[in-house]
Amino acid sequence: MLGKTAGGLFWMFRFLERSENTARMLDAGFRIALTRSSAAENEWASVVAAAGVTDAYTARYDQYIARNVIDFLLRDTNNSSSVWSVIEGARNNARMVRTALTREVWEATNECWITLKDLLAHPISERDLPEVLGTIRQQSALVRGALHGTMLRNDIFDFARLGTFLERADNTARILDVKYYVLLPSASFVGSSLDNVQWESILRSVSAQRAFRWLNPGEINPMSIAEFIILDQRLPRSLSFSYAKIVDNLGYLEADYGLRLDCHEMAAPILQRLKDSSIASIFDEGLHEFITTFIRDNMALGNQIEQDYRFIG
Amino acid sequence: MNGKKGFVSFFQYFIYRGNFAVAPQYKSSNLVSMQKTQTVFDEMNGEAGDVRYPYDEYQKWLSGEDPARLRRKSSAAEAFFRRTGITFNVYGREEAAERLIPFDIIPRVISAREWARLERGIEQRVRAINAFLHDIYHRQEIIRAGRIPKELIANNDAFLPQMIGVSPPGNVYTHIVGTDLVRTGEDEFYVLEDNARTPSGVSYMLENRETMLHMFPELFAQVKVRSVSDYPKNLRRSLGECAPPACDGKPVVAVLTPGIHNSAYFEHSFLADQMGAELVEGHDLRVIDGRIAMRTTQGFAPIDVLYRRVDDEYLDPLNFNPESQLGVAGIMDVYRAGGITIANAPGTGIADDKAIYSYIPEIVEFYTGESAILKNVPTWRCAEPEALAYVLDNLEELVVKEVHGSGGYGMLVGPAASKREISAFRSKLKARPGNYIAQPTLALSTVPILTKKGLAPRHVDLRPFVLVSPRSVNITPGGLTRVALKAGSLVVNSSQGGGTKDTWVLEE
Repeated sequence: MLGKTAGGLFWMFRFLERSENTARMLDAGFRIALTRSSAAENEWASVVAAAGVTDAYTARYDQYIARNVIDFLLRDTNNSSSVWSVIEGARNNARMVRTALTREVWEATNECWITLKDLLAHPISERDLPEVLGTIRQQSALVRGALHGTMLRNDIFDFARLGTFLERADNTARILDVKYYVLLPSASFVGSSLDNVQWESILRSVSAQRAFRWLNPGEINPMSIAEFIILDQRLPRSLSFSYAKIVDNLGYLEADYGLRLDCHEMAAPILQRLKDSSIASIFDEGLHEFITTFIRDNMALGNQIEQDYRFIG
Repeated sequence: MNGKKGFVSFFQYFIYRGNFAVAPQYKSSNLVSMQKTQTVFDEMNGEAGDVRYPYDEYQKWLSGEDPARLRRKSSAAEAFFRRTGITFNVYGREEAAERLIPFDIIPRVISAREWARLERGIEQRVRAINAFLHDIYHRQEIIRAGRIPKELIANNDAFLPQMIGVSPPGNVYTHIVGTDLVRTGEDEFYVLEDNARTPSGVSYMLENRETMLHMFPELFAQVKVRSVSDYPKNLRRSLGECAPPACDGKPVVAVLTPGIHNSAYFEHSFLADQMGAELVEGHDLRVIDGRIAMRTTQGFAPIDVLYRRVDDEYLDPLNFNPESQLGVAGIMDVYRAGGITIANAPGTGIADDKAIYSYIPEIVEFYTGESAILKNVPTWRCAEPEALAYVLDNLEELVVKEVHGSGGYGMLVGPAASKREISAFRSKLKARPGNYIAQPTLALSTVPILTKKGLAPRHVDLRPFVLVSPRSVNITPGGLTRVALKAGSLVVNSSQGGGTKDTWVLEE
């Protein structure tokens, strides 16, 4: 397989994952902003921060208000992480690697692009936001479904999955990075309704609110939320789950090519660290430090994969 | 309203019955004898107004069809093309960067007998062109024999000095050819262009047929149409047969594309996909140990045959345009040393240059000893003072083309042009006469298309696709029919708003 093709697949699926996660974060932020107008500005600021685009946003807007944030995260072509930018990026990559995709995956990606091109052609009003966000998540899910249903389980699939899980790990970690203080035991409003709303919002950002309630009926506390999102192997957006998948897919590539590379050496300890940690040890060490280190390691692994598999010349 | 009955009259009313006088802008002229019949030949309805025999079976099916259903099918086809992403990019138009080529669901039908003759004529022409290319880059016998003027080669940008003395693997220069044909009557076919560089459109031939099979399966049970679907397999085989001396084992084929923003990118990825070949860009390739190698996830792997969809000029920054980012530095040196096959060979443009075009009948005769089966359109070479004078006097009657132009850009269709356009063109022509040739405006044949108001005739051309290997010349039965969608328009190019049709060659 061409290195460029591997890179195209990797980024195609990073972009699709990002579009979905941005939609989720907006959804969670929107709910808080709706219910607590006094907290709205902070909430929008943290949504923008979790999307990793604070600098670009503040270069463009002075205030964190719904209309601007929604537009910036969904439609703005100056924001290279806006949903429209990444969907266009995903489709351009899909066109580039079209020979590596089944007809179903290509068509799902193209449909996603056509649908969102229409949907995001004009500014989105708050009234229409939930529906638009639903469509974004759904379109991304359709591509994933086509991928699972029709693609060979070979190196092509592995690079697609690596992109998905590296991006997902990054996005989940960023949400925690922005909101970690809400989860600290020392937070001033422990037990207040504000905390409840914030906790709910974090869970919602990773589509985990129902799963959490189902697993922990009646009790909601910051430490168990952190444990769930960082360490639970069953939650498909947790850091542990994402890394188990990353290590699996790197392992398939290692077996397939008969080559153990630097990226393999880097990924294994990241997973091991998650396995060895308990939520208590993470809080002892410092939640924020733990997450910051994780984001840095994850990014370094992405660069190493790019180098090891010759994505660029 | 009343089902079938209403439907029949619908078609009878709108159907084009041929034999119409040419639209008024085609002034009668005594330019060339071929224009003696100022009528347009309709391939479905002929000149007498009866359905021509190749269309018999289709017409039977058509007369039983509900027009509303046909129109639904027509929209379904468009949706299918859009979903599949069968698009082309238009240069210089930001808002419509990707467009669909309109597809018309009425097929263009060619009889077995008509096809057999075209096939012979095309093969003869293609063989002569390959012989010409070999000669022109070696001993230049044809110039020594005084059959074509030396200046035509010496001063021609399409002639690549870097190819002098180079013999490509198997002596094949034009691995893939798309001969543009037009028709003006029952037995009147003309070659308009030879397209010996990198003809495009074959993906539309294949997808148009796929679409028709998908939408009208019953039609293909009724009418025996020759299949075109082997093209990718034949292309792969044909390219493999041209593997270079350095190839050991099964030839590795790759398609070189300028990238996703190129107008024909869909076709590049489509062909690579269908052949099971890698789709590469210049930055995926480099020279390693005298071979062209592509960067894979497991290191660099050599390529044997490169089907390049990048123009000569951009192929090698060391040997041609130094600014090019689309090519591979040093590929020409590898090529000359037998390390890779480049298809089509660099320098083939000299054979489809519009100035050389007018000499093709001589070229066919010189290399094959036969006279050309397919006719050329009479051509005035504006480099010649007498011809120029004539062309300047008759601009409103003629089609004037740039010698190196393609895609319908930079041409003048006299009868359709305004006074102002003609006078602007006149100055361009006077400034650089050698840059232009002129041809009479042919009364191109028509085939009906489905419009909102029923069937209506539109002008068409035909591009069959030819594969050349050291072992054979293979012509896919069919090709790309391009159709002008505006009534009376003669410009069929997709870049100028033309559409396409499925092209049927009937079995015996």
